[in-house]
Amino acid sequence: MKYFRLIWKNAWRKKIRTSLTILSVFVAFLLFALLSAIGYAFRGGVDVADAQRLIVIHKVSLINPLPMSYLNRIASVEGVQSVTYASWFGGFYQEPRNQFGQFPVDPQAYVDMYPEFNIPDEQLEAFKRNRTGAIVGQELATTYGWQVGDRIPIQATIWTKADGGRTWEFDLEGIFSSDDPRGSTALLLFQHDYFEETRAFAKGTVGWYILRVASGADPIQVANAIDLQFANSPNETKTSTEAAFAQSFMKQYGNIALIVTMILGAVFFTLLLVSGNTMSQSVRERISELAVLKTLGFSDLSVLGIVLSESILIMLMGGLLGLGLGWVLIQGIAQQMAAFLPGVFLSTTAIAGAVAMMLAAGVLAGIFPALKAMRLSIIDALARA
Amino acid sequence: MRGLNQILAVTWLNLRNLPQRVGSSIVAVIGVAAVVLVFAAVLSMAKGFERTMISAGSEDTAIIMRSGSTSELNSGLSNDQTLIIADAPGVLKDGDATVMSAELYVVVDVKKKSSNTDANVPFRGVQLGAFDVRKNVAVVEGRMFETGKNEIIVGRSAQQEFAGLDTGSKIRFGQSEWDVVGAFEAGGSVSESELWTDVRVLQGAYRRGNSFQSVRVKLQSKDSLDVLETALEEDPRISADVLTEKEYYSGQAEPLSEFIKLIGYPLTILMAIGAVFGALNSMYSSVSVRGKEIATLRALGFGPISILFSTMIESTILALVGGALGGAIAYLAFNGFQVSTLNGASFSQVVFDFAVTGDLLIDGLYAALIIGALGGLFPAIRAARLPVAQALREL
Amino acid sequence: MSEILARLDGVSRVYQKGKERVEVLHELNVEIPKGDFIAIMGPSGSGKTTLLNLLGGLDKPTAGTVTVGGAELSSMSNSQLSAWRSTHVGFIFQFYNLLPVLTAHRNVELPLLLTSFSAKERARRAAIALDIVGLADRAKHYPRELSGGQEQRVAIARAIVSDPSLLLCDEPTGDLDRVTADEILRLLQVLNREHGKTIVMVTHDAVAAEFANRTLHCDKGTLEAKEAA
Repeated sequence: MKYFRLIWKNAWRKKIRTSLTILSVFVAFLLFALLSAIGYAFRGGVDVADAQRLIVIHKVSLINPLPMSYLNRIASVEGVQSVTYASWFGGFYQEPRNQFGQFPVDPQAYVDMYPEFNIPDEQLEAFKRNRTGAIVGQELATTYGWQVGDRIPIQATIWTKADGGRTWEFDLEGIFSSDDPRGSTALLLFQHDYFEETRAFAKGTVGWYILRVASGADPIQVANAIDLQFANSPNETKTSTEAAFAQSFMKQYGNIALIVTMILGAVFFTLLLVSGNTMSQSVRERISELAVLKTLGFSDLSVLGIVLSESILIMLMGGLLGLGLGWVLIQGIAQQMAAFLPGVFLSTTAIAGAVAMMLAAGVLAGIFPALKAMRLSIIDALARA
Repeated sequence: MRGLNQILAVTWLNLRNLPQRVGSSIVAVIGVAAVVLVFAAVLSMAKGFERTMISAGSEDTAIIMRSGSTSELNSGLSNDQTLIIADAPGVLKDGDATVMSAELYVVVDVKKKSSNTDANVPFRGVQLGAFDVRKNVAVVEGRMFETGKNEIIVGRSAQQEFAGLDTGSKIRFGQSEWDVVGAFEAGGSVSESELWTDVRVLQGAYRRGNSFQSVRVKLQSKDSLDVLETALEEDPRISADVLTEKEYYSGQAEPLSEFIKLIGYPLTILMAIGAVFGALNSMYSSVSVRGKEIATLRALGFGPISILFSTMIESTILALVGGALGGAIAYLAFNGFQVSTLNGASFSQVVFDFAVTGDLLIDGLYAALIIGALGGLFPAIRAARLPVAQALREL
Repeated sequence: MSEILARLDGVSRVYQKGKERVEVLHELNVEIPKGDFIAIMGPSGSGKTTLLNLLGGLDKPTAGTVTVGGAELSSMSNSQLSAWRSTHVGFIFQFYNLLPVLTAHRNVELPLLLTSFSAKERARRAAIALDIVGLADRAKHYPRELSGGQEQRVAIARAIVSDPSLLLCDEPTGDLDRVTADEILRLLQVLNREHGKTIVMVTHDAVAAEFANRTLHCDKGTLEAKEAA
């Protein structure tokens, strides 16, 4: 890389101009990082979904409950390794805007169904033993500053208690984390038994079932078999893989991916204009120097390469800085947004894509000036000077 | 006055030789246009959504739900409770009958036409008073459903956005089949995203017994809300929240609208910062190209202030052109474009249009103005401070 | 002095400017012996710069052949010419043409980037070249920090750093005052007499021409010899 000094020095020819161009690139890639991460959240955790897990919901709508009696019937379907359930509690903590997932579950079965959740054994045991116990995900604990031993009151909006009250209180017995940094832990889990005996209505029902397909069994076949079991009954089911379920849910928000792509498109178009302009000015003002390089014996191609390298270098400097800052900010943002938009994450695919774009943008912004440099006639250039 | 003349003269000169600096100028204009375009496009979603939601709510209709419910879906009222409301003070009566509609809705799966994916659509059971308690609702195609039958009328927006809802078609939800007998319009409001049927039939189909979720009742006057509220508070048989429909829908719109703004404003600010860098770049380049010309003007006696202001004015004008361009594109491309999205609060789809409103466009121009001013300031100072003798000497 | 380094045989150079046909050089025959120091004088537009360009492989004749050091330049491709130039010829221009973003040392090193020498070797050779022109103490200065004469010395150092046999100078003292010009010309003489470089120098300045061994006059595309004093 003996040409690096030449490329570097030329890039910084006009310090203000180069700095401002780098800053423009910086902003563009910072935006890219942030928008990718948010767009990722709208994929609904599709990437973390376990291919062997299926979700069973009421066919008419997610909000219709399913009978508890389905538990054993699902378990008996061929290919089903294990099955458990959860329901949507839908309450809030202190203020209506503090909403997050609260699920009444069968503690051991649920934790077994989601092996990516990590919780110390003694905390899990304490949860199992305590009728009014609950465990929360690390994200929630951090957001609200909860610690094991706290008493957490949740205001129910749907589920009034049999005694007419609305406040459900839980003892925090444990905090769980997720193996996968992309997965969300904005969740509060409590005992289904407590839920069942305390709620005023809809007894004997659950919100949905989660099951694990035995290895070797085809998830789609198992899903169809389950739905067939309950076809034409008062409560028909719709079974899909966790990924498909997450995706169909997020798709309801609309084509977020398209919107993000369009915005980034506008940003990059502008970026190319700015850098392209910088590069063409940079080449225009040193035509005679480039001619001299050629007289010294630098080939036409090497002159093209020198100009393109300059353009790519500027893109990389600004881009990597922007990407870096974006990554740092996302760690904080993901935490803040965990409650209402979980899964904000900058994936490695996105990072690789960004770097590829830096290179591509560097080439695109520099190609016309570089070609001009490559093709310049030494004699004419020197004569003009 | 002489100062102003100088400024105008130099500004005119600057603008006249702008064609020589086309490259840099276009870059600045497009940079600002992109910012305003994205700003207008994203925030028009929030505006459109809000408008759809809020235009639904009238101030002289009260909506009553069980106390503590964050939305209709979470609420539950018994038949007796609806009767209590019907006789409460403050409600408007038409002869002996109260102008009201006790309602209940469920969420059903219908396919979105645009993406062919499932969407949750509100399927609402209403009483005949539903048309009286709301503004501007009318059946515009086919006919009204008959009570006691599995007949539906569909909101116009829902019909456009979702598949299988044409008048005359049959649609199956779960175990039951329904006839689509007509379509209704409701001034473009959120009600048009819904499917309506007789509440008794819905209760039966979905095993809801005799329960409802909400009661909408026409108030005697806008001030009757307090009277009604107090009466219900004092009645031990019912524990309910009383809001005007307008307040209710504003609350429903808030989360999504706030979310869009939460993303939209920072996004715009970041892009604007980028545009400022772009504008600075363009203006610095412009100043350096004009170096000799500026020095000549200074030598002729034009003061540094005229150079400073004229440079800033040039930058601002370029930015405003960009802002107008971005706003125009946003308006032409997005205004009136129909989309639907999931409103978390109601757990169902709301169909709305992008609304590129006048105040958004004006905000966009303000943003452009600021970008132009910031982008021109430092280059302008440099231009004003250019050492005259040196500049004249340089080639 | 009997070996011929460069020769032009029947060289013509014609430019087509729209409908106009301009013949800058007309059937020129020149022989340049190795180790010679030739000055070429003549009015503007007489073709002297074109002659220099042809000798350096920067331009190709419309007719005839150009041969330097045994290599027939007129039949080489552009990339072959680039490669040939880097080792066989050094250029010195009227306006120095140093890269403003590099120090004197780095400017001199520039031609060596095209070789496979190590960084250490490149530094050594550049230092030698700067030493020959007497600017070793200015190695770390940027062109803007140097006087006109010093810049030209750096340019000369750059021209000799890859040890080419032929130096082509286009008005090397055109932008310098008398005293500095004489210093530069004396340096060129040293390069010619002590280092054996063949030098072809185009100049307007009759005094400068006297530093050369002989002068040729270029007029309307032809060359005539005139013995220098």
